[in-house]
Amino acid sequence: MSEYAAVARGVTKRFGQTLALDDVGIEIRAGESHALVGRNGAGKSTLVSVLTGMQVPDAGEVSFFGEPAPPVADRAAWRRHVACVYQKSTVVPELSVAENLFINRQDLGGGLISWRKLRREASSLLETYDVAVSPDELVSALTVEQRQLVEIARALSIGSRFVILDEPTAQLDGPAIERLFDRLRSLQDKGVTFLFISHHLQEVYEVCQTVTVYRDARHVVTAPVAEMSKPGLIEAMTGEAGGLNVPGGDDRPSSGEEVLRVSSLSGEHFSDVSLLVTRGEVIGLAGSASSGKHEFAETVYGLRRPSLGTISVDGSAVRGGDVPAALKAGIGCVPRDRHQQGLVLDLSIAENATMSTAGSFVWPSAQRSAGRAAIAAYDVKAAGPDQPVSDLSGGNQQKVVMARALAGDPSVLVLINPTAGVDVKSKESLLGVVDAQARRGKAAIVVSDELDDLRVCDRVLVLFHGRVVREFDRGWRDQDLIAAIEGIAGEMDAGQ
Amino acid sequence: MTKAMTPPVRTPPPPAKQRFRLARYQDLALVPVILILLVIGAVLSPIFLTPANLIAVLTQQSELSLLVLGQAMILIVGRMDLSLESTVGLAPALAVALIIPASAGGLDVGLAAWLALPLCLLIGVVVGGVNGFLILKVGLSGFMVTLGMLTLLRGLQLAITEGKSLIDVPESFLYLGSTTWLGLPAAVWICVVCYAVGIFVLKYLRAGRSLYAIGGNSEAARAAGIRVDRVVWTVLVIGSVLAVVAGILMTGRLGSVAATQGEGMIFQVFAAAVIGGISLQGGKGTLFGALSGVLMLGLVEQILRLQGVSGFYIQASYGAVIILALVVTRFATGQKQE
Repeated sequence: MSEYAAVARGVTKRFGQTLALDDVGIEIRAGESHALVGRNGAGKSTLVSVLTGMQVPDAGEVSFFGEPAPPVADRAAWRRHVACVYQKSTVVPELSVAENLFINRQDLGGGLISWRKLRREASSLLETYDVAVSPDELVSALTVEQRQLVEIARALSIGSRFVILDEPTAQLDGPAIERLFDRLRSLQDKGVTFLFISHHLQEVYEVCQTVTVYRDARHVVTAPVAEMSKPGLIEAMTGEAGGLNVPGGDDRPSSGEEVLRVSSLSGEHFSDVSLLVTRGEVIGLAGSASSGKHEFAETVYGLRRPSLGTISVDGSAVRGGDVPAALKAGIGCVPRDRHQQGLVLDLSIAENATMSTAGSFVWPSAQRSAGRAAIAAYDVKAAGPDQPVSDLSGGNQQKVVMARALAGDPSVLVLINPTAGVDVKSKESLLGVVDAQARRGKAAIVVSDELDDLRVCDRVLVLFHGRVVREFDRGWRDQDLIAAIEGIAGEMDAGQ
Repeated sequence: MTKAMTPPVRTPPPPAKQRFRLARYQDLALVPVILILLVIGAVLSPIFLTPANLIAVLTQQSELSLLVLGQAMILIVGRMDLSLESTVGLAPALAVALIIPASAGGLDVGLAAWLALPLCLLIGVVVGGVNGFLILKVGLSGFMVTLGMLTLLRGLQLAITEGKSLIDVPESFLYLGSTTWLGLPAAVWICVVCYAVGIFVLKYLRAGRSLYAIGGNSEAARAAGIRVDRVVWTVLVIGSVLAVVAGILMTGRLGSVAATQGEGMIFQVFAAAVIGGISLQGGKGTLFGALSGVLMLGLVEQILRLQGVSGFYIQASYGAVIILALVVTRFATGQKQE
């Protein structure tokens, strides 16, 4: 057996005019966790589809454990070599865990399906990989974390010893990420090889031994993680020296003039939250996925109806649970998930950017020039305002969502996960927009648990089980904030 | 270590102009097909390209085209309405029955004859409104609700008329169904105006654009401040009203309301919409495309009729033609149909 679990050499792939991979390679040692990082559009996803046999490269070769890759048509052979857990789930939600584990081989080779046997096999498989879910449970009832574990267990049960994880942590909260990492380490000890794709460089340092960086469809560097400093890694990804350049906003002028007042607001998953934001102030809201921070922010924007409490902008009350009313009052929002709530993917950039603000008449020429203005103002990399947003990379899509939120020149901005799933450069540019808007006298609420997002804030409120439990002023220490988010602040203090 | 890197690979973005033309071209994808059908028709039959024949095609398709207009908007907003075809029959039947005496097959209510048109339109509003209420407020499956409504309305018409045709049709219906304005039947003008308004609204009005946003991603539309339920409800009501107008024109043209008026049309409605590039998943397609789908089906039907295809075979050949048309459109537009 070769010392490499997977090797790709000289791989080139074109999509029409776009060069997605330009003579790149990767060598993944058996038994290691290998990180693949790069900005959106660097070619990571294309490499994943080449390594999983979903795309045939125009040139180059792929081999697994020293054997050349099977022909593309032979899906079963590919699945024995390599498994991939995608960002989007590939399980069938309305079927049971057991059936999903053995999907398309439910008969276990017997011709007829024996449900009892299937259940038994599933339970022993789940036990082997220490996944605490019942085989009878419907997958739709599982948490994101459990679903991922089921997918990993399924991948390993097919016999693959090489697993690709495509941004596995994107939808998990802190403790779940830690549990996932523990599991990866223990599987690695048992000889499983991982290719790990993530936007969070911290995670690369936590679980990986080797890192490969791609930039603009080319291979930039492969090095042991231990020899790669964080600024060096960012430099390799962006081609520019220096780390993440997030505006801190220390020097932002403050004013006492109140813009947004939220008084003892209660709703689904949060209760009695009060908040006062002044002109030019940015407030961070942190907390785990179950803390109620998303629900609170969505209630402020009118996506959810409050059960109690009031919201007012510039002294006048805003009707709850009514998005048009919130927009009219001057609240703009970047919603939680750009694919689900932020964008209509088939429509153009211009149309998406002007969706909240168009007058009764929509003149295509005016719309197009508004689209062009948004492209310029938010640094969207696109062919033109008529391009459908589905063509854009994640970072650029998010900029379009930001453009829409700001299109009506609102006085209050509610930004939920504004930099989720975007690359370093886009993150800088999006957070730069937040800072610039605050300097123009807007009030902003940033809901996120990414520390980089929260650094732009003047104050950070931490929610736990639907209530504000801590408030941090500028200059907080990372570990204190994380401890508060995880709800272990008390223990930490006691331990010190 | 990164200094030696080559500059980023930039693919030149396609010029905006070219993209725009391409988008426009897809809208017009069926125009060449329609032209080819005209040529085929002319070759097969000397009278095909005469004004009388072409006007006959337009008149025959006018009722279908109104249904397609309504259904296309409903599909774009991400819903479907199967009950349109029975609305075509019930609305005129009920309105007429409320006016004419029992001796002529009516309900003996004796409403004034001038109420016929407003009454019909009101019935359309009620049907669309009830559909909308059940789908949006009660939260039932749109497919099942409108399937139920399809059967309910057809049954209601049978119950009211006891299965008979109503021949005592008000003047206003007959006028709309038979008169010509500037050399073209009124029905054709009404369709032209409805399509012109529809195309304008869906392209130039915020309310019209919101149909695409809702059909494409209703959550995103809601987050953008669009009142999703209100828009969908309105579109369902407009669809039913257009079906009623189609019913009025059909009643006027034929001079009676048959118990089966509109029956079987819903299949052609969906076929024309899909051939015209409307996605059954919502959010895609244009009304101009839908209209060209209607015209294409109309021309094919007329060619078959002029060729004297036997009455026993016409239905089978019609179904075959629709499937063939779907195949042709699939390759003419290069897009998978959804």
